[in-house]
Amino acid sequence: MNVIELTALTKYYGKARGIIDLNLAVKEGDFFGFIGPNGAGKSTSIRILLGLIAPTSGTVQVFGRKQKEQPRELLKQIGYMPSEASFYPNMRVEEVLRFSAGLRGCDCRAEAEQLLSRLDLDPKKKIRALSLGNRKKVSIVCALQHQPRLCVLDEPTSGLDPLMQREFYAILKERNQQGTTIFLSSHVLSEVQRYCSHAAIIRKGRIVAADEVRKLGYTGAKRVVLRGVEEPPQLEQIKDVVKSDGAVSFLYSGGSGALLQALAAMPVLDVTIGEPDLEEIFLHYYGEERANDAFLS
Amino acid sequence: MTLFYHELKQGRLALLIWSGIVAGMLAVCILIYPEMARQMEEVSGMFAEMGSFSAAFGMDRINFGEFIGFFGVECGNILGLGGGFFAAFVGSAALAKEEKEHTAEFLLTHPISRQSVVLQKFMGVLLQIAALNLVAVCVSVLSALVVGERPEPKLFSLLFAAYILLQIEIASICFGVSAFCSRGASGIGLGLAALFYFLNLIANLSEGAEFLKYLTPFGYAESADLIERGGINPQYLAVGLLLAAAGVLLAFVRYQRKDIL
Repeated sequence: MNVIELTALTKYYGKARGIIDLNLAVKEGDFFGFIGPNGAGKSTSIRILLGLIAPTSGTVQVFGRKQKEQPRELLKQIGYMPSEASFYPNMRVEEVLRFSAGLRGCDCRAEAEQLLSRLDLDPKKKIRALSLGNRKKVSIVCALQHQPRLCVLDEPTSGLDPLMQREFYAILKERNQQGTTIFLSSHVLSEVQRYCSHAAIIRKGRIVAADEVRKLGYTGAKRVVLRGVEEPPQLEQIKDVVKSDGAVSFLYSGGSGALLQALAAMPVLDVTIGEPDLEEIFLHYYGEERANDAFLS
Repeated sequence: MTLFYHELKQGRLALLIWSGIVAGMLAVCILIYPEMARQMEEVSGMFAEMGSFSAAFGMDRINFGEFIGFFGVECGNILGLGGGFFAAFVGSAALAKEEKEHTAEFLLTHPISRQSVVLQKFMGVLLQIAALNLVAVCVSVLSALVVGERPEPKLFSLLFAAYILLQIEIASICFGVSAFCSRGASGIGLGLAALFYFLNLIANLSEGAEFLKYLTPFGYAESADLIERGGINPQYLAVGLLLAAAGVLLAFVRYQRKDIL
């Protein structure tokens, strides 16, 4: 069953583009990555999915039901972590968690305590005294304490230190193994590549690719690294050339015979030919325009 | 009702401060009444010479020598302005603050309908107004007893009822404004309350501007009229209630369709 199904979803903010004719399906139990640079339309898609904004056209189905018709029932089963965690500043962490649980009509104390302990977060602290990373942790507990069937996470790791990121993904992996569907947006490709089984790439409000993460990596191109030379061979299907001290690296999408023939005529000391990583795949989908700096950071 | 209790908790400090100020000013005003009563001849003469200024505040139609007349003008202004500004403040902040402080995203991704959010927040506004007025009534009665006055219960209740209605109307209109604005709602709300007050002053000064009394809640919550008539002008009140209902209805309709960015 598809847990999320976005069909021909379009959103304009006045004349400004949000997303255009976006189609996306996420299966139950999936760990799905939604990749794109800032401003590509990730948050717009998520906000429509959660009913925070209305689409200009198109439909949203969650758990097989139209989001517009039963928003309350659907939100009961969703845990959401926004990209910027904002809470009532004069409340304590425990009060925010209690308020969130109260709005859901459930007693989540046991689960909340466990999450607080794993994330090393003091429940007595005032929200206004928390750092960005600690506010993120509050957001994680709010999103997970009621053990939702679907977790929607918008840029979840920004602001978390590497150790906490690892713990956070360990928690998500456990939840995913228990059957929770994870849908996370990110511009950090390495984390999508490491944890997600499926991913979609969004560009300027449109989905440009959606598949298994390992298949997305297969573009026919190879990452070639040559040592002992500083220029790539004179072949047409070469791009993204990176030169460093005594080595050159490039993406090659031509035939292997032509490459080997060209290399045989060069004073190469060492050759490495491998699959390009997601970052390079993204560059492939983004073509000449390249990703923006934030994406590549 | 989780959100309703949350609203009350969030607003308790502001409520304490406003209640303290309004009740404190009422107490001071009532406690100086005996001294004012002793100088009443001079005061009445002074008001008579002030012409349209007295008319603007309804002081030309009221007996300042009686406690209820004094209470109506002096305490009526405190309740009208102080209570009105508090009502504008809580009404205009109710919905807008969630967007201004970026907590709307947190709130509305919980399984709570937008109608329920609007309803619980409006109930919170009404209860805060009721709490402020309860403190004001208690302090007024106690202060009156301290200075040896026994205000006539019917007129005393009528004055408070009119000022509570005024506050509810201002809060309801500002609540409607709150659903449209994510920023600046409090400024608009407080500005509206001030505008309503001055519209009534203008209406009192000029017969040609009397129609303005239909537009402002200060039109029916005018102490001189209330004491003179022994009741609230039903026409002004009916328009006021309609405006209040429109404010709340607008809030429901607008918030239901609003994009939370």
